[in-house]
Parts: sequence; structure tokens; C-alpha cells
Amino acid sequence: MPSLPLGPALAVTRGTALASRLTRRGGGTTLPGKVLSRLAPAAPSRLAARLPRGVACVSATNGKTTTCAMIAEIVSPQLRLVRNGSGANLASGIAAALATRAAGQADLALFECDEAALPGVVRDLSPHTIALGNLFRDQLDRYGELETLAARWRTLVAELPLETMLVVCADDPVAADLADGRRRAIRYGIDDETVALDSMQHAADSRFCVRCGAPYRYAAIYLGHLGDFRCPSCGHARPPLDVLAHEIDFDGVDGVRFTLATATEQMPVALKVPGLYNVENALAAAGVCLSLGFSLATIAPGLNRFAGAFGRAQRVSVGGREAVMLLIKNPAGANEVLRTLPSQGVVAQICLNDRIADGRDVSWIWDVDWERTADSISHVVCSGNRALDMALRLKYAGLELDRIEVVDDCEAGLDRALERAPAGARVMLLPTYTAMLELQGVFAARGLVAPYWEQSR
Amino acid sequence: MKLVLCQLYPEHLSIYADRGNVIVLTRRCEWRGIELELRALRIGDELDPGEADLYLIGGGQDRDQELIAADLQRHRLALHRAVAGGAAVLAVCGGYQLAGHRYLGHAGADIPGIGLLDLETLAGERRMIGNVLCEAEIDGVPRTIVGFENHAGRTVLAPGQQPLARVMAGNGNDGESGFEGARSGRVVGTYVHGPLLPKNPWLADWLIAQALERRYGSVELEPIDDRLEQRAGDAASRRARG
Repeated sequence: MPSLPLGPALAVTRGTALASRLTRRGGGTTLPGKVLSRLAPAAPSRLAARLPRGVACVSATNGKTTTCAMIAEIVSPQLRLVRNGSGANLASGIAAALATRAAGQADLALFECDEAALPGVVRDLSPHTIALGNLFRDQLDRYGELETLAARWRTLVAELPLETMLVVCADDPVAADLADGRRRAIRYGIDDETVALDSMQHAADSRFCVRCGAPYRYAAIYLGHLGDFRCPSCGHARPPLDVLAHEIDFDGVDGVRFTLATATEQMPVALKVPGLYNVENALAAAGVCLSLGFSLATIAPGLNRFAGAFGRAQRVSVGGREAVMLLIKNPAGANEVLRTLPSQGVVAQICLNDRIADGRDVSWIWDVDWERTADSISHVVCSGNRALDMALRLKYAGLELDRIEVVDDCEAGLDRALERAPAGARVMLLPTYTAMLELQGVFAARGLVAPYWEQSR
Repeated sequence: MKLVLCQLYPEHLSIYADRGNVIVLTRRCEWRGIELELRALRIGDELDPGEADLYLIGGGQDRDQELIAADLQRHRLALHRAVAGGAAVLAVCGGYQLAGHRYLGHAGADIPGIGLLDLETLAGERRMIGNVLCEAEIDGVPRTIVGFENHAGRTVLAPGQQPLARVMAGNGNDGESGFEGARSGRVVGTYVHGPLLPKNPWLADWLIAQALERRYGSVELEPIDDRLEQRAGDAASRRARG
């Protein structure tokens, strides 16, 4: 197909987005990008080059969406953004975001980027800042082995111009190693032994030195294999931190406080989203904002304002109860969600789907430490097209069958979970990605939230 | 009663939720008043073939499998002696490949296995990924095996090697032969994970029975209420059939 000039290609593309929404086929978040890439393959890179403040990309296994939403909260009073805000994080979603924003209406493009799609996106858009966060096993059926992904990231980084700023998670051995020797890098991490784990979780992945293969020793393990690592054999160790969090204080599913520090400044932060994983996300966001020239005096209040990204620690008032939606999609992320749950009386709905965006292989639920919910969950409704797999996992985690209910349909299961919670109480909703979209659809249909393509923009 | 389970290189060979198999064996023993002691064989450890009743070899990333390959060779004889002494072995995915004679990789890599099963594996171009449903017959009883497969290796059985099962939906050993896995006596190898044992509890019980027989002679296993396992297995079978 011959390439169309940019103007007509954009017109067709924007028409596609509108049609996708009007016909209720979707949110118009990816199809227009596919159309644009066919009509004018060079369009995304030309559109990106027009932005006065350029492009920043964020990638990681866990935390991409939240990190980007945090960055947007921090910078949006001053910068107009192009974003792919609803998790449309493949090249097509990014092209769609660029196409549907008219020229001259934005300063900066901020994209969350699928780990496997990142190299292609970076080649097309030449971002000046790239945040490379944690890498965990995730959807092995789709991404292949973690090591394959790490190798692609290494190739990508080797090809980057020297002036590109890397913002890396220094707590993750693979990500930390990527920035090794690079002059322009911001290394972030946690520096608070009081929140370290007693032992390594099963969901840990990069336990062996990326350089020599010997097992790492940890001065502190924070989350999965993230922590203050050192290889006793070759000496590969966590680099000194440029941005760090210390004095961390948890408040269940309601939030977490910490002190955000660089070499020269420090500021208290009170996040309204919970858990250590959100501290990691806030550090990544801070790193990107520092790269954009913002100071902690702007970054900390932005983080304090941040109220949660789409489907992540999102709160919805429904049927006289408060539903708290906590997305789960892989062992490391799910473990962190479980760490934030109350220690008793939890009424929950877990929605497990095996569609492509969830990962067709549901094995990963066996690597999540559901055993810790055996004492905290008083009633759980399992929903989704693999609801029975989830119920079985919970049976083997030590929950008696009378605490486990199977209601395949997500909406019916939601209502059942709401019924089981006392009036005014909370219901924890733990959906996989497509189940989260289903629940959002239910909330939107009941007028409780805006449709997903209008959220987190 | 007490049994000993030895998991080979759990930090390296435990990628496809192999922990699920350990959890299922542990619980199903516990529910019957049998204590299952978990041991691990790590790089540099010694293996006493008289100790464990049941061995578990899981799957790992290519890099992790290369890291343990040389160490595994040190235990070749001990593992053969353990099996000759009545121990049962469950080898899944990468572990299944290592239980054969060798794995021939893309770039000329030739990783030796331990030869508990008479087969070898060649790296293929296309990964075989998806739900899988098979029919097996063990000790004269027809059974189904349901789960998920994700492997690039094509495993070829030697002429005398008995397969574990016949593929009803999915790829199995090589996507062509119609066979899945391999079994020689108490050594079971398979590509099926998901993990394997939760939705195929009969196989968990068969392994436990083999282990009990090794240690205590013939023992009857108390039945367990498996209705939830059955429903989950049936649902997964329907999903595999599409």
C-alpha cells in the first residue's frame, strides 16, 4: 500500500477512533494506530518529532501505568501531554495516541510501553528519557522467558545515543546492570531495611548474578528479587542511588508515607495508593520528572495529589459498600497486593481470565503466596473464565471450601461479593486485566465511573 | 507415615509454577496424615540415592538450565540408583528434556541429560504454546491429563520408549507424533504444566502411592473429595478443545 501524506492519514485515523467508540467495538485506543501505521508508516515518528518537549517512555513488568499516571499528575499543571492512558501500550496504542491529539496541542508525549514492544517504539520515537523498571516473569506464553526480554533490552540500550537519559530501578539486578557505565542515568531504589522481607519470595526471578551466575546475597530484599544485592563472586552490586525512599510507613490499602530524597534535597511524601510497589512506582516517576527538569518541590506535591491509576487501587462506591479494585497480573505484583490487604475479615472477589491480554496460561497463580490469605479472607467469590482454577488454588492455599464461592460471571460475582460484605464495609476486587475492563464496564453501565477511554487522561 | 520429596535445583528449575506441584503433593499427603518432607538438591550438594522417595525436576529458563547442566551430570549415577531402588520421578517441561539423553539447541548447544527416559530433544523454530488435553492409561486405568504447554523443544522417543499419553488437543512431544510425555516405570516426564498436578489429582495420588510403596510396601490411599479438582479439570478440558 502506498504511504498517504500525513494530513489525510490522520483524518482517516481520527475517524476510525470515533467509529470504534460509536459502534461500541472498543475505546478507540488501538485500532486507529493500526490504521495509521498502514496508511503512513512514518507518521508516529514525524508526529513525535513535532513535540517541543519530546518523548518519554516508561517500561517495566509491574507499575508502568501507575508510574505514568504519577508523572502526569506531577507535570500536567505545567505541560500538556499526549498519553496512552488506558493501558494501550503496544506500538499501535502509542501511534493511536499520537494521531488523535491534534498538532500544537501538546508539549510532551509520555508513553507507557509494553516490555517487548519497547525496542520498536524507541527506534520510532527517539525518546530523550526512558524509564526501565523491574522485570519479573509475566505471561510466559506471550513474552517468552525473562532472559529473552532482558537480552532485547540490553541490545536496545547498546544502540541508544549517549545523551538519552535512562531512569533505572537499581533494586533490580537486570535493570541496574543496563545503566552500568552510562553517564546519563538516574538510579532509583529503596533504602529502608525496616520494610525488608525476612526471606526471598517464590516470585523472585533474577536471583543469580547477571554477570557470573552466582547467587546474589542481599543486605535487604524488598519485593520479589528487588533489593540491595551483591554478588559474592564477581562483586556486581546495587549501584549508589540517585533517588531513594526511606522512612517508609504503610497504611494498609489506603496509602503509604515515605521520605523522598536525592543527593541534595529531601521531601516527605504521603501516597494515597498502597504498598511498597507504589513506592517503587513513585521513585520511577520522580526519576523521570527529575530528567524533565522538575525539582522535588514540584514532584512531592504531585505524588501527594495522585489518587490512583485506572484499575489500580481504584475506589468505587457501589451498593452501599466501597469496592477497592486492585489489578493482579503476575506473581510479583499480586504478592504485593496481598501484602496490603487487612489481616482479617476480608471479603474479596478474584476474577481470573485467560484471554490474550491476561496471559493464556494461568499457571502463575500458583506462584502467588495466597497462603497468606488463609487467615485474612473470610469470604471469596471466584469469577472469570478460569474461576475454577482460582478456587482450586485457594483450596490448596488452605481456605476451606465454605469460604470459597464460584460465580463465573464477573458482574454476578461482584454483586454476590457485595452481598456478603456488611453495609459500609469494603470489598476487595482482584481482577486480571480483561476482568478489570469488564468490571469497569459494569461500573460505567451503572453510572459509577466514566467509560475507560475517558479515564486517566 | 513419612515421605521425602527431593526437588532438583528449585531456584533454577521452577519457572512454570512448578511450586504448584509441590503444594499439591504436600497437601494431599497432609490430608491423609502423611508427612512430606521437602528437600532440595542445589549446585554443589551431594545426593544420597537412598534418601528420597520422590524426585521432582521442574522447568527453567535456558540460561538457568545451562547453569545446572554440569552439576546435574555428577548425580547421573545416583539418580539411576534411586530409581532402581523404587523412587518415583516427575519431570516437567525443561526437567522432562533433562530426564532424556540430551537437548540439542539452536546454536549447536548440546546439553547432556541424565537418561532416565529413552528420548532426546531438538530445539524447534516455533514455540508450541496453548492448552493441552491428553488421554493416558496407567496401571490399566484410563485417565485424562489437562494443562498448558509452552515449549520450543521437539522431543523424540526412542522406539521402545512408552509415551505417557495420547494427545487429544494441543501439540504434545513434537506436534506430530500424537504422543505426550514419556513413562518408564515410576519415571514420568511431560510437557504439561499449568501446573500439572492440581487439575490431574489422580497423577499426584499415583506418585504418592509409588513413593509409599517404596518406603512401606503396598499402601491403600484414602480417597479425597476431588469434586472441585474434577470441575476445574473438566472446564480446562473444554477450554483445550476450544
